Amino acid sequence: MAALTDLTIAQAGAGLDKGEFTARELTDAYLTAMEAARSLNAYIEETPERAQTMADASDARRAAGNAAGALDGIPLAIKDLFCTEGALSTAGSHILDGFRPTYESTVTQNLWDSGAVMLGKVNMDEFAMGSANITSHYGPTLNPWKASSGDNAGKDLVPGGSSGGSAAAVAARIAAGATGTDTGGSIRQPGAFCGIVGLKPTYGRCSRWGVIAFASSLDQAGPLARTVEDSALMLEAMASFDPKDSTSVDLPVPSYAAALTGDIRGLRVGVPAEYRMDGTPPEIEALWQKGVDWLRDAGAEIVDISLPHTKYALPAYYIVAPAEASSNLARYDGMRFGLRVDGEDLTETYERTRAEGFGHEVKRRVMIGTYVLSAGYYDAYYLKAQRVRTRIADDFRAAWDSCDVVLTPTTPSSAFTLGEKQDDPIAMYLNDIFTVPASMAGLPAISVPAGLSDVGLPLGLHLIAPAFGEETLLRAAGVLESAAGFTAQP
Amino acid sequence: MTETTDTQTEEIPDHLVAHFTSRIGHNSADLIEGETGPWEVIIGLEVHAQVMSDSKLFSGAPTGFGGDPNTHVSLVDAAMPGMLPVLNDMAIRQAVRTGLGLEAQINLRSVFDRKNYFYPDLPQGYQISQFSDPIVGEGRVTVDMEEGESFEVGVVRIHLEQDAGKSIHDRIPNQTCIDLNRSGVALMEIVSKPDIRSGAEAAAYFAKLRSILRYLGTCDGNMQEGSLRADVNVSVRRPGEELGTRCEIKNVNSIRFVREAVDYEARRQIEILEEGGEIDQETRLFDPDRGETRSMRSKEEAHDYRYFPDPDLLPVVIDQAYVDEIKASLPELPDIKAARFVRDFGLSEYDAGVLVAERETAEFYEAVVDADGASRDPKIAANWITGDFFRRLNADDLEIADSPVSGAQLGGLIDLIADGTISGKIAKDVFDEMFDSGKDAGAIVEEKGLKQISDSGEISAIIDQIIADNPEQADQYRQGNTKVAGWFTGQAMKATQGKANPQMVNELLQEKLGG
Amino acid sequence: MALDTDTVKRIARLARIHVDEADLAPLADELNNILGWVEQLDEVDTDGAEPMTSVAEMVQRLRVDAVTDGDVRDRVLANAPMEADGFFVVPKVIE
Ligand SMILES: [Mg+2]
Ligand SMILES: [Zn+2]
Repeated sequence: MAALTDLTIAQAGAGLDKGEFTARELTDAYLTAMEAARSLNAYIEETPERAQTMADASDARRAAGNAAGALDGIPLAIKDLFCTEGALSTAGSHILDGFRPTYESTVTQNLWDSGAVMLGKVNMDEFAMGSANITSHYGPTLNPWKASSGDNAGKDLVPGGSSGGSAAAVAARIAAGATGTDTGGSIRQPGAFCGIVGLKPTYGRCSRWGVIAFASSLDQAGPLARTVEDSALMLEAMASFDPKDSTSVDLPVPSYAAALTGDIRGLRVGVPAEYRMDGTPPEIEALWQKGVDWLRDAGAEIVDISLPHTKYALPAYYIVAPAEASSNLARYDGMRFGLRVDGEDLTETYERTRAEGFGHEVKRRVMIGTYVLSAGYYDAYYLKAQRVRTRIADDFRAAWDSCDVVLTPTTPSSAFTLGEKQDDPIAMYLNDIFTVPASMAGLPAISVPAGLSDVGLPLGLHLIAPAFGEETLLRAAGVLESAAGFTAQP
Repeated sequence: MTETTDTQTEEIPDHLVAHFTSRIGHNSADLIEGETGPWEVIIGLEVHAQVMSDSKLFSGAPTGFGGDPNTHVSLVDAAMPGMLPVLNDMAIRQAVRTGLGLEAQINLRSVFDRKNYFYPDLPQGYQISQFSDPIVGEGRVTVDMEEGESFEVGVVRIHLEQDAGKSIHDRIPNQTCIDLNRSGVALMEIVSKPDIRSGAEAAAYFAKLRSILRYLGTCDGNMQEGSLRADVNVSVRRPGEELGTRCEIKNVNSIRFVREAVDYEARRQIEILEEGGEIDQETRLFDPDRGETRSMRSKEEAHDYRYFPDPDLLPVVIDQAYVDEIKASLPELPDIKAARFVRDFGLSEYDAGVLVAERETAEFYEAVVDADGASRDPKIAANWITGDFFRRLNADDLEIADSPVSGAQLGGLIDLIADGTISGKIAKDVFDEMFDSGKDAGAIVEEKGLKQISDSGEISAIIDQIIADNPEQADQYRQGNTKVAGWFTGQAMKATQGKANPQMVNELLQEKLGG
Repeated sequence: MALDTDTVKRIARLARIHVDEADLAPLADELNNILGWVEQLDEVDTDGAEPMTSVAEMVQRLRVDAVTDGDVRDRVLANAPMEADGFFVVPKVIE
């Protein structure tokens, strides 16, 4: 029998149901694996006792015939952006040193209500700002993958970000699945870099209550898992209508796993011309073409579409997200929780606390955001970006007339080395060039591992669907997954 | 212990505040004569009124005044990471209701914005407020002055926003204590046009606004508890010239202080200008103990609030039916009520104005006039309320709500006068007794035997006796010394402990002595 | 619209982030680099496009006015760097 930690969530659930092993055994297998993989620095805080208690409770439920569902007894990693009662919740930031919330985020509560087991809190870029998991106060997380050839063979690689700890943990088999959050690509890009599935649901599908805010109009929680089916199972548990979040949408949560019929005959797949960007490596182009072929072979109709404002999504994002962040992060002021660095007076205490508490990337974005909202610049930057955002959303709206999903690459490259792009923020931002448009339009999107690069690193394909089109999205992703037959492991 | 609330300056940019006065002409009596000629004072008020609601604007924490520090605080109010605002329907309802009461335009779509600044009593690091799309647009308030004059003050807008917490200094040396009980309580900010021309007018406007809010039940108007406070903008100019530089006096929390603050500030500005100086646009505080305004120190930096629509919230959209339903539930407001009192009850405009100024007074008056289906003389009822009733409330330092005598009880007393059971004079004593004991007038009259003697036989006998006992005075009376008539009446009243019907006494005296 | 060090200083002050004098110029360069890049948005014709505030095409839900929260002082103060007698304690606010 395969190691317990190699099982997918669906397989593990079946094993638990059949009594092949207990949730406690499954959890202990993960706890042991976590210890062995600490060099990845995926976890900020491991919660083994809580995990074992939750696993025992799960076993008791199952024994009593009261298993809560597909996730009952499944050990998960939680991105440190989710507030978890009594467990460290820092957003990867020094400024939230020692912060232990007295409340539980809606998404994690939903997971616990489904019987899932918390293994710990996983690393991330500070306040979810980054694409390499190198801005965390707790140090970088390493990608469990290494290049097999080329200049970077054997070197430490980044897992992507901001949900880098989540992606690395799932890929390294030190969590069966993980929660992530995606603001501009923070689930999908690390998913692609680590060879797993990353799903960003429609804005409003998962509650933001209890999730530490980066950019409120973009932030969305979603799962990172090893298969499309696992992603569907996790999303079903994570999603809910939440009256505590005014942007939560009051729609029933469908059975996403049931949508994985494997049948996409007649599905219209849009291929946007504007995603063919200069400088995209040929291996990415080639993989994209493979994706097109796989879907066509499965009976889909391929449609050329145009999303004319694609290239403006990223610069618009880098106004909107920092603007919202500059305001969302104002509450980290050293007064009520987290770090306080005393100064001569109140103002100095604010300034020292925030100067020491925030890392460089966060400070840079807060400064940009403050600037674009300030008197005299608001119209030129912020309002302009929000108008561009309307254009981007309109592009997609128009596209849905001719297609049902959109297929693109997830990233313009495979995982890069630790230290690369560190000094060039724009080069780093360009990681999200393919993922940001869907974020700006609030649309559901998924990255599916589809192949290996020339140097043996995973690459992802990216599907985007209309708002609340998660079922179609997952169905298409499932077909892509089967066709790609991606079985490589780090 | 000093306490402050919400000391930030509010700077709605000029293009959003109609600072063109809608007032035509002015009362020349309001001009201030300076050393170098007359000056006109231009005043606009931004009034913060706490919305009457059970829970806060964006959280389910209670709004009640007092309470131990930080016990009326939810995780949302403390701006813990990941917390989100959820809008209270009552706040919207109350703002619409207030807008309708001020005859204002109701905006069916409005937006909540963030106003960003750092202050320890502002946990989020921003105040959720309404900036470019407030829920209520232009309206107006008619203000009556004592001399029977009235003027109109334009309302620019009413927006909803969160209150801040409270900073308590000096409780711990070199530290400030923060209580977030008020944090997130819903406020309406009612912005007037600069249509006000004197301290007295400003005070009258503030009082009128308070009265309307209390009629509407949208703000309790309690200034001691901070439920109602005014930021007063004052500038001066030569009559007819362009508006001068204004100063904003923050958080003035009584009607009298509004008048005093304006009067002081106007004089201060005129003095500076007449000495060739310039007015600095600044925020000032009114010190009631010294009766003066002074500059707030923390003004060294320009504020830049970086307003933008709150991405945690969505546009507020209400429909006309919602507005109409609220409109249908509006009470009779003071101006309409006063007009009705004049028309239906024949009261003077002055008396009507006094009776409607406070919602409770008007309700009390109406109870006196027609409690228990009675129909009492409205003028007599008005006189009793503005006379003895107010006298006793003042003397005992009571609010109407705490009055031991109800409207119906006072009505009962008036009935006893009307049907001749007691005299008007005795009634005053009975009223004081009612006020002291809370008993009905009838019971007191009964207990103390105060019934008026209207039996002519009984009074006749008493007068005969007095005449018999005082022949000298009787002679004087007959010789035409009318002063003695009063003496005889007094003797008769004394003999009956004031219970004799005075009219009957006079008639009988005249009959017996004059012939 | 290039930022000079004075503007960076002003922005840092608004954001309540201390920046050492020596770091102002390099920070200005970094921010200008990013702002220069985002200025490509000027190419987009946005006439007639409403600024988006939320992608959720909904209006605000309203909550019933009821006291459902509060009286959780221990939870509110649990992470306070400094507290006394039920208050948050902060550096003295100078009026
Ligand atoms: Mg104001
Ligand atoms: Zn205000």
